[in-house]
Amino acid sequence: MYPISIVAEAMLNGLLTGAVYALIALGLTLVYGVLHIINFAHGAFLTVAMFAVWAAYVFLGLDPYLAIVPLTILFFAFGYVVQRFVIGPASHGDDGNILLVTLGLSIIIENVLLALFQSDTRSISTDVSFQVLEIGGLLISKARLYGFLGAVVVTALLWLLLVRTDTGKAIRAVAKEKLGAQLIGIDVKHVFAVTFGLGTATLAIAACLLMPTFYVNPRVGGAFVLVAFTIVVLGGMGSITGALAGGLVIGVVESLCSLYLGDSLGQIGIFIIFILVLLLRPTGLFGARA
Amino acid sequence: MTVFRNSISRRTALKGGAAVVASLSAPSVLRAAEPAPVKIGILQPVTGALAQDGEYGRAGAEMAIKDINDAGGIKALDGAKIEMVFGDARSNPEAGVQEVERMQSEGVAAIVGGFASPICLASSQAAARYDLPYIVDVGVSDQIISRGLTNTFRFAPGFSICTKIAIDNLVRINEAAGKPAKTIALVHEDGLFGSGLAKLMQEELPQYGFEIMESISVPTPSRDLSNVTLRLRSLNPDLVIPSTYYGETVLLARTMQQQRVKPKAVYAVLNGAASNRRFVSSFPEAAEGIMDCNHWHDPSNPGNDALMKRVEEAGKQWNYNTPLNYSCVGLLVDAIERAGSAKREDIIPSIASSTYAEHLMPYGPTKFAENGQNMGASPVSTQVQDGTIMVVYPEKFANAEPHFPVNG
Amino acid sequence: MTRGYLSIIVVLAILAALPFLVASNVVLNFVVFVLIITLTAQGWNLLGGVGGQNSFGHAAFFGTGAYVSAMLQVHYGVNAWVALAAAIAGGAVVGWIIGFLSFRAGLKGSYFALVTLAFAEVLRILANAMEFTGGAAGLLLKLDTGFWNLQFSSRAAFVWLALFFVALALFISQWIANSRFGAHLVAVRENEEAAKALGVDVLAVKLRAITISGAITATAGCLYLQYFLYIDANIAYGVWISIEALLAAMVGGRGLVLGPIIGAFSLHGLGEVTKLAAGRVPGIDLAVYGAVLILVVGFAPGGILGLINKLRFRGRPRPEPEKAATPAPKTEEAA
Repeated sequence: MYPISIVAEAMLNGLLTGAVYALIALGLTLVYGVLHIINFAHGAFLTVAMFAVWAAYVFLGLDPYLAIVPLTILFFAFGYVVQRFVIGPASHGDDGNILLVTLGLSIIIENVLLALFQSDTRSISTDVSFQVLEIGGLLISKARLYGFLGAVVVTALLWLLLVRTDTGKAIRAVAKEKLGAQLIGIDVKHVFAVTFGLGTATLAIAACLLMPTFYVNPRVGGAFVLVAFTIVVLGGMGSITGALAGGLVIGVVESLCSLYLGDSLGQIGIFIIFILVLLLRPTGLFGARA
Repeated sequence: MTVFRNSISRRTALKGGAAVVASLSAPSVLRAAEPAPVKIGILQPVTGALAQDGEYGRAGAEMAIKDINDAGGIKALDGAKIEMVFGDARSNPEAGVQEVERMQSEGVAAIVGGFASPICLASSQAAARYDLPYIVDVGVSDQIISRGLTNTFRFAPGFSICTKIAIDNLVRINEAAGKPAKTIALVHEDGLFGSGLAKLMQEELPQYGFEIMESISVPTPSRDLSNVTLRLRSLNPDLVIPSTYYGETVLLARTMQQQRVKPKAVYAVLNGAASNRRFVSSFPEAAEGIMDCNHWHDPSNPGNDALMKRVEEAGKQWNYNTPLNYSCVGLLVDAIERAGSAKREDIIPSIASSTYAEHLMPYGPTKFAENGQNMGASPVSTQVQDGTIMVVYPEKFANAEPHFPVNG
Repeated sequence: MTRGYLSIIVVLAILAALPFLVASNVVLNFVVFVLIITLTAQGWNLLGGVGGQNSFGHAAFFGTGAYVSAMLQVHYGVNAWVALAAAIAGGAVVGWIIGFLSFRAGLKGSYFALVTLAFAEVLRILANAMEFTGGAAGLLLKLDTGFWNLQFSSRAAFVWLALFFVALALFISQWIANSRFGAHLVAVRENEEAAKALGVDVLAVKLRAITISGAITATAGCLYLQYFLYIDANIAYGVWISIEALLAAMVGGRGLVLGPIIGAFSLHGLGEVTKLAAGRVPGIDLAVYGAVLILVVGFAPGGILGLINKLRFRGRPRPEPEKAATPAPKTEEAA
């Protein structure tokens, strides 16, 4: 058995990691809530964003935290274009086809990155990579703390955007009643693309927050996709605040499972929770806004 | 698809027909001067999860073939040139088998490579149907040599040899330093090599007076190793033995440095990063002092310096796969030279009786056991010293003294 | 009830004759692997295509088929054919259990898709961790060719073996498409509430579909084992095979009997072509493959067979339009 201090620290680790998971899940749940599609290219987009952070640091000397602003804008545009001109037209609005198109996109992205950067694992070490805050015997990684704060702020901003702005209202209208929204003059295709752009923009932020402590290779995004799905389900598909709560819960569960079961088997804990939630309460544990 | 393949085979058939006509009409002197090239199949996963290792291996095989051709080809066959038939195993066994079939149809004399155990298992078996010689480069699973396939040889040390040597080296290094290390924590990936290794270590190491405090398995890919580090910090073992792939080692080393976990030494076994130059140059501080018992080139062999220079000039990374595959091709060509024939039924016994010693690896002369394992092969212990990966054990190949314990 | 059987027999005849026409083992090996994928996708198509219950976790059935057979042979020395039968039963049981749990909970659409994915992942992690399944080292069948061991030294023999099971699955699918059960299944796909109102026992229909689906895909897993003689958790329960299954069925023509076989051969044929055409920069071939996939979806949203049907009937009135209103024939025409 572990002393209470270790358990507490594991839970703290879980919260810090979970917040970044939540940030990754945020885009997924937003896109699901509005477009009602599961974006299989989400992991691949994350990989692209992480390569972008890496490249900005290596070639332009841009600190990952400073890169947040330009990359968020860039990835919003990227997501907008991909949805408006690739996924939308190619899928004819059919669920199955969207699945195939996003799958195709992820195959393209992974392999173009492979061709461009080779399969090498790359990482960057910035000033904060190894810095820690010492609080009563606990060593808290600054980079991970910033990640946590960033995730909370982005969630709050996204929530405000959806609730307070006209764009947000249009997005919510389309999510609730596509036909009705169209009738009152909302450009549904544009709203879909904006939503998708917001989803990829959050990935860019996640990538900026991850890179000081993580690494990137052409397949890295896949590591985060399954856990992001879990969080989306746990939080209630389409729920922004649910995603944050779900991310934190999954982070802590994963942390404790890995402490007691080992990291490998600990993964099972996540999936069993996932299955149980789906079977017993498919609208999610938090804020069922399906 | 079928149509496409048919058109291809028709075209090759036509080409073959043209060649026959050409050789009939050409004067015999010319024919003697231009012996038919010997095709060798090089199988590596250059896309998918294992693409990085596949590229290292391909570079080695390509350079070996170039060198042999530049030096006049295969002398016993009137200077016949070697022609490489490359196959991408796409990081899965099915693609490996498909490539073996293609290589067979293109008439290769033998196949070298495979890298991952599942690919090696499936591909060598597909080659066995045609009695096509297959030299496994890495594939550590001992199942590869347990199937009684006469065509399959493994040049590198397998799983059981690596573990045995890793334990032996650890015991000796520890004893030479006055036994500073007693308690051990294992961190291993949950696939074939990591899990198997951990199991063996748990059985073996206590016999030498070590205490295994914990065996922590981690998935590949891992998203976060903070909790593993946390457990290490609370256990405070003298020695941490990580057997993980590159990405996870990066995470572990970084987090350990950040959380100030400083065991007396880190003694990795078959680690994906600890003897990888990119790792050492990216994380000089975290990497310093890490030991690894792994495949590595023989630093006392000048051939490696030359090869290393070429790899770097080509803008590529140096890793053990490169000299290993270079040596595997050398082994095969040596066998063809001695057999004086590129027929597979002549090559197989020739490889089996090989005593090839001109390789670039820290092995003794090649000697294949009944099951196809090269008994001359063994891993070495390396250590990162002042930002360079040095061989520290055994003395015969060492270019530095082990620095043990690193902390304390 | 000969409707649909003719085209099946033509396709089967072509494939069965293939080993006589093409001696190349490159082709035959390719055909064996694609037939295994076809069989996997046929299982998927019954549930996902005909029944509209999109699964992302058919690896659960594929892996169960492979592991049940491998464990029986390796640990207990059971005859390979008996092990095959047990593997098929195992796939059916796992299918029923997953179906029972998820359909009773009312999961459909993306929710059902995600829960199947999670089941497959749980099985993968367990198979990778447990001693009994060979753990991470996987299970290796002893190479021992012979009819009774279900191992063949000739590639052609294995083509026929795989084709036999594909044919069986084709006939079962066609029979279902023409049957009352098939009509109910399509009704469930098109509108579950309406089907319920018409007196269809929705849960029973779905359960029957996932059980048969699991059995078919488990057969494919078992064939994979008999052909490659080695499995591990990432091969048998890996996400890759779930994706292969749904890709082949969807690209070929979702819900259509011949969809999986057309899809599997097109996709893997395309994969080989891009590999030959792309040269030596790794990744380019697969990127082209992905791009073509998107283009196919863009121009043939109903799959390849859907496109063929559309082109065939262009400019002409759709034959027997009143049939489209009744569910059963709909599986045959454009989905």
